[in-house]
Amino acid sequence: MGSYSAIREWADKEVSQQTADKARIVIGLGTCGIAAGGNAILTAAKNTVANNDEIKAKVVSVGCIGICYKEPLLDIEIPGKPRLSYGPVTAGETKRILENVFINNEYEHKKALAVIGEDSFSDIPSWHEVPFFAPQERTVLRNCGFINPEKIEDYIANDGYAGLSRALLDMTPAQVVDETLKAGLRGRGGAGFPAGRKWNIAADNIRALRASQPELDSYGYVICNADEGDPGAFMNRSVLEGDPHSVIEGMTIAGYAIGASFGYIYCRAEYPLAIERLKLALDQAREKNLLGENILETDFSFDIKLKEGAGAFVCGEETALIASIEGLRGMPMPRPPYPAQSGLWGKPTIINNVETLNNVPVILAKGAEAWATKGTEKSKGTKTFALTGKVENTGLIEVELGMSLRKVIYEIGGGIPDGKEFKAAQTGGPSGGCLPKEQLDLPIDYEALAKAGSIMGSGGLVIMDESTCMVDVARYFLTFTQSESCGKCVPCRLGTKRMLEILTRITAGHGKIEDIALLEELAPSIRDSSLCGLGQSAPNPVLTTLKYFRDEYEAHILEGRCPAGQCKALITYSIDPATCTGCMVCMRACPTEAITGARKEIHVLDPELCTRCDTCRQVCKFDAVLVV
Amino acid sequence: MSKLTVTIDHKKIEIPEGSTVLDAARAANVYIPTLCDDPLLEPFGACRLCVVEIEGYRGLPTACSTPATEGMIIHTSSPLVEVNRRTSMNLLLSDHPLDCQHCVANMDCDLQSVAAFVGVREQPYQGERRAYDIDESNPFYGRDLEKCILCGKCVRACDELQGRQAISFGYRGFASKITTPFDLPIWDSTCESCGRCVDMCPTAALYDKSAMKHGTHTGETRTTCPYCGVGCGLVLETRNGEIVGARGDRENSVNEGHTCVKGRYGWEYVQHPDRVKKPLVRQYLLDGKEKSKVTDRKSKDWDFVETDWDTVLNITAEKLATIRDTHGADSIGFMTSAKCLNEENYLMNKLARQVIGTNSIDHCARL
Ligand SMILES: Cc1cc2nc3c(=O)[nH]c(=O)nc-3n(C[C@H](O)[C@H](O)[C@H](O)COP(=O)(O)O)c2cc1C
Ligand code: SF4
Ligand code: SF4
Repeated sequence: MGSYSAIREWADKEVSQQTADKARIVIGLGTCGIAAGGNAILTAAKNTVANNDEIKAKVVSVGCIGICYKEPLLDIEIPGKPRLSYGPVTAGETKRILENVFINNEYEHKKALAVIGEDSFSDIPSWHEVPFFAPQERTVLRNCGFINPEKIEDYIANDGYAGLSRALLDMTPAQVVDETLKAGLRGRGGAGFPAGRKWNIAADNIRALRASQPELDSYGYVICNADEGDPGAFMNRSVLEGDPHSVIEGMTIAGYAIGASFGYIYCRAEYPLAIERLKLALDQAREKNLLGENILETDFSFDIKLKEGAGAFVCGEETALIASIEGLRGMPMPRPPYPAQSGLWGKPTIINNVETLNNVPVILAKGAEAWATKGTEKSKGTKTFALTGKVENTGLIEVELGMSLRKVIYEIGGGIPDGKEFKAAQTGGPSGGCLPKEQLDLPIDYEALAKAGSIMGSGGLVIMDESTCMVDVARYFLTFTQSESCGKCVPCRLGTKRMLEILTRITAGHGKIEDIALLEELAPSIRDSSLCGLGQSAPNPVLTTLKYFRDEYEAHILEGRCPAGQCKALITYSIDPATCTGCMVCMRACPTEAITGARKEIHVLDPELCTRCDTCRQVCKFDAVLVV
Repeated sequence: MSKLTVTIDHKKIEIPEGSTVLDAARAANVYIPTLCDDPLLEPFGACRLCVVEIEGYRGLPTACSTPATEGMIIHTSSPLVEVNRRTSMNLLLSDHPLDCQHCVANMDCDLQSVAAFVGVREQPYQGERRAYDIDESNPFYGRDLEKCILCGKCVRACDELQGRQAISFGYRGFASKITTPFDLPIWDSTCESCGRCVDMCPTAALYDKSAMKHGTHTGETRTTCPYCGVGCGLVLETRNGEIVGARGDRENSVNEGHTCVKGRYGWEYVQHPDRVKKPLVRQYLLDGKEKSKVTDRKSKDWDFVETDWDTVLNITAEKLATIRDTHGADSIGFMTSAKCLNEENYLMNKLARQVIGTNSIDHCARL
């Protein structure tokens, strides 16, 4: 198969054949969909179709569309009609919905979520009206949940590989670098370094190497960083599972731009589905001459190897990642030399995040200007976030950079559940910071977040409500960074250990007021003198909670009180005689028999026996269990 | 080589291109403390004690790993540097057994001297300390990893200098540890006991067992290792006229401080009572008697007696000539030694082929 237009023609034909005569029943089978029971829905849909001659539809699986809190999802596409989305559905509901739609022409159902497409169906809202989707902008997630990630024709028919075709056929490598620079694309892996600048440096170094040593097998590498080690982050995984070709195309364009002929995708082994789909996508791209020798009949050759990482957070750091690919222990090395100067196997190397690379085909296909219409002056484009924690709607979201935290939390996220109050938003995972409600109007962009003491990070966004103890949150993140520290340098290995010990003793009620001073002394030193980003950013959760929630630290230490009622050593459970109805539910539920009472009599809780497991409070229907 | 100029603590200095900031400081006689750097090893950047401020640079770069560039202005003891250095040192000491007086490295410990330079006065960060059993499986050296500061010098010496890769970093976080594969005792690893790791270790985490028997050495003698023809330079450490230790001589261009197990640990024979210090010859040979005539092997005729080199060499030469004349040159074979220099082996070759007239000559290294 040769030119792009021929490939495109083939793909369009394949896709129109898929959709023309037959309806499609679409099940979201990202890891989230599978975890929510998507496979059972797939089976139910297949059985329903097999047992009903009247249902003429093809059952297909796609990647995650992002609306995780409604998984498992069932979508129906009938030729000539917009797509309908239902969720969360059970196997039984799947059968009934399919029969209703296909046999009775009846679309309404209590699980109907949205209509995706132009038309509207009576009462079912269009997905642009669903609050979760309305404020979102989908560039990175353009294909996720829409195309079948296991079919290259689906990707191509949605403008896939058009960017590569334009780059290879109409542009010089230098023009491709310029286009990326002009777009203002910044790295999505955490630090926000302009991708074009990195490529420029690598391209210069590769050119110099080629001039001085014309006989080498390889002059440089493109590495896709798919390590995604932040706890709770799953943006990259969703892209790899739902749209693997976008990353392959981005890497190939990057390879052309810098003059490299080989790339690695470094993906953590805990992402088996992503790996499976990437492998399939790589094979398909090679088969269609979009990867390999003389891509699209040009002189340019590029291939990609998949390397599975063993799942160490520090292996996401670029020099550690390179060491890991080389078969060494994932331990960061001092920079300079930067990878763009001397990286994998000593050759100039660019490392870009999955999401950075995913944006590249769009920039090339549509042009830098069109891409850069979104975002702010210095933070262009959109960014995905894994929205989790105490919000109504959790899931994978994508927003224009510059949107306020408030809009993300209250419009997309639907606010804080159970009428509780917002307390903090944690961005950037263990390397980031906790922002208080005074910062709710902060625009989400690289500079504003950094100024507030946090970072953009790769896109973790954890929302906390009033029941979250901020000292405990800092302790949690420090537990993570301490156990993930590679152990190489003193401030990180020992500094995080000592900070963790201090935080642990504060939450255990043994804190001393001097401990705050110790934290304030340790944190900046660890930040300033650690070797790599892990150690440099590990103090962020401590620094920001000290900055914005110092009173909570003081309450733990001076008053022996955990204001959020979370730190077990500092809280006592009791039963409020005024509200207890004597229903005996808590008494039966208590695993340590700490509660005594009889029917219709006020119950009594023995603090000596209580292990503060919180069971009684959770089961009490009358909010009669008090925690102070 | 082209030169560049940097300013370090207000001193201007010219250094060769390719130098690091640490090289520049050394050239300018400005002391920057380090625990993980060694000029023979690649920069590693682990101990963070060599942090400096460089004008126009973000944060605190490490002197060991930062290339010096033209016009660079470096400050090695700004308040920010001092604070961070002290924190790192305090952290290191918070996880170190502070019983220097009982330590085999007392007064010969980089951790001690750098701590003295940094000026630690209190122990602000108290907490858990690592606890390990001492690994005494190797006959020559012990591993007391509670004293290890994870500078990685041993790992890099083993990899970069000895090429064995017997040890590496294992585990993560506070539990990080220098380990052998599968964390087995060092004797079960591929360690060749060259002792380079012990030599490089800035603390007593790796120590020579011989050193445990006495206090610090009082004298040093530079010499050449007698074991083989490479001729490694050795420094013999002595106390009361006895050798108590040996290490490779870093000043010696042959081995730059490197030795094999024999040079480093095989010196006890020197002062062994059984050691032969003068040539010995049997009494009957001295007396010029025929071997066939002195049949009583218990008689004094068979005793070894000390004599001088000329005597034994003359006897040997005479005997060789007699054998050659009686039985022919091919009845004699020569075996030379790896302890000999190339020149000496060449001369043996001449002796065999031209003086005696046989081609039967071989070398122990071919066995
Ligand atoms: C401890 C640590 C973990 C990191 N983990 C990741 C990761 O999982 N994915 C990623 O893309 N970047 C990660 N980074 C950032 C990378 O080092 C690097 O900056 C990034 O991959 C560059 O790509 P970008 O410019 O496209 O963002 C990590 C950095 C540190 C210090
Ligand atoms: S900062 Fe932490 S993770 Fe990074 S090199 Fe140092 S010890 Fe390793
Ligand atoms: S054993 Fe010695 S040389 Fe090896 S890492 Fe520990 S302190 Fe450094």
